[in-house]
Amino acid sequence: MKVTEKDVAYVADLANLELRAEERAGMVRDLNSILDYIGMLNELDTSDIPPMAQVSDRYGVDESKQGSERFSYASREDVLEGLRKSLPQEVALENAPDSDGTFFRVPKVIDR
Amino acid sequence: MDLTSLTIDTARSAVQERKTTAFAVAEAYYARIQKEDGQIGAFLTLSKERALEQADRIDRMATEGKILPPLGGVPVAIKDVMSTRGVRTTAGSKILSKYIPPYDCTAVARLEAAGAVVLGKTNCDEFAMGSSNENSGFHPVRNPRDLNRVPGGSSGGSAAAVASDMAVVALGSDTGGSIRQPASFCGVVGLMPTYGRVSRYGLIAFASSLDHIGPLAKTVKDAAIVLRTIAGRDAMDSTSADVPVPDYVAELDKPVRGLKLGVAREYFGEGLDGEVRQAVEAAIEKLKGLGCEIVPVSLPHTPYAIPTYYLVATAEASSNLARYDGVRYSHRANGVKTLSEMYRRSRDEGFGAEVKRRIMLGTYALSAGYYDAYYLKAQKVRTLLTRDFEEAFRKVDAIVTPTSPTAAFRLGEKANDPLAMYLADIYTVTADLAGLPGISVPCGETKEKLPIGLQILGKHFDEATILRVAHAYEQAQRSAP
Repeated sequence: MKVTEKDVAYVADLANLELRAEERAGMVRDLNSILDYIGMLNELDTSDIPPMAQVSDRYGVDESKQGSERFSYASREDVLEGLRKSLPQEVALENAPDSDGTFFRVPKVIDR
Repeated sequence: MDLTSLTIDTARSAVQERKTTAFAVAEAYYARIQKEDGQIGAFLTLSKERALEQADRIDRMATEGKILPPLGGVPVAIKDVMSTRGVRTTAGSKILSKYIPPYDCTAVARLEAAGAVVLGKTNCDEFAMGSSNENSGFHPVRNPRDLNRVPGGSSGGSAAAVASDMAVVALGSDTGGSIRQPASFCGVVGLMPTYGRVSRYGLIAFASSLDHIGPLAKTVKDAAIVLRTIAGRDAMDSTSADVPVPDYVAELDKPVRGLKLGVAREYFGEGLDGEVRQAVEAAIEKLKGLGCEIVPVSLPHTPYAIPTYYLVATAEASSNLARYDGVRYSHRANGVKTLSEMYRRSRDEGFGAEVKRRIMLGTYALSAGYYDAYYLKAQKVRTLLTRDFEEAFRKVDAIVTPTSPTAAFRLGEKANDPLAMYLADIYTVTADLAGLPGISVPCGETKEKLPIGLQILGKHFDEATILRVAHAYEQAQRSAP
């Protein structure tokens, strides 16, 4: 068993998930079964292999350029209004569960 | 109106030549949805007002004798992970059950600019996480061929809608096989373009280094028309590539004679259903008969693709899904006293079991002490998987495989075994990890009349070749089944 109930509680805390007691037991079981399977990656020696974080720095770019130069087509001048106007305040607040018309409203952050 | 035979070209021509109107075509599709979708469950939201307004616009053009754009009057369905201005967009999740986006996804906007009529938003696994559509936060989708079976996932609603003639074509998204596998299960064509080929602006993110938007269609040609419409650089998505878009439709009829097609034994091993194997091998024979040269290739790291995928995808998802906090647009739990309690309870109520499982796995893989062992390790194996393909594509123009190891399975069959469900994507996740384009085209049926899919994988940004091979196969299959 790699993952204990304590680990699950800790990770749930990091992920801002509130797992109920019965969910927690199921999670311990599922994560262990998946991680056991994932363990097969250790059969491979990857000590000399570079990690691949994304596809787009390898394909569809000018390979004669280096680093962020490869993405120069995606940059633009830093101007006040870029590609589109920002959403008007009332539109940005439309989907909010709670707002006062100017700000998003949330429950108390710090208990005093 | 016989909707079963409508394609993009026949629908558009009928409206252009004023044999019917775009309005009547849209109404006919809504009537069919009304009649059929109760038992299939492909749609979550219908956008009738928006659709009929667009149909009107197209009809005015036709009346004025103007040439209609390529999708003029063609009814389409959009997977509910793509934002649509003013039309509810849920990603199949209760946490977004009331979300009305203030802007349009670029792919949707480009389809509409080309004249398409957006009928509505299709059901999917929650946040596109699943292979059966049973993870929808609302209701499962049933396979139109057999209502006791799943349509595949996560774009199961889009596949089922096209398969049951509730839309001419649909958009789906593919992170680990979510366009190709449901296309295969429902007997339609599904195309995942190269990473970066189609803008993801407005796509609700699952795993950003793996997410793709692409079409599901009845024919390869329709898939080519949709891709031509939605592909190409978009300033709103910095990951959309600056690579010219060829005319995929014009390329379709180029001969396939002399093309080299790779066959990798790693895709024909343990776990492959006998009937699927037979159908795919017969399809490969047919392609050989069309003059393609079949070349054995090796993709030795294939068995490591699923574990790699489930680390990379969940790690990225755990980060992407942090935004559902109950503050700006997602569900908020009632009666919470503190901010922290609000986050937890809102997410607990809003997310389903599989989404929580993946957030947990991804958070674990990224957490202190485990990052190197899991996430970094997976990224290194991703390099190995990609190198396999680079090596193989030195020798061949495309690679042919089964799309899925089995035909559609029964509802509930794998619902309680996450690992068994993950293995349904064993032949599709590799292309997502390597960023390659892939298409699934129907290649026969099992004895139980369940569709089987042939997958064709291509080089980066070479959708033209896989579309051409798929088209040639489809034509040959039609003339001599």
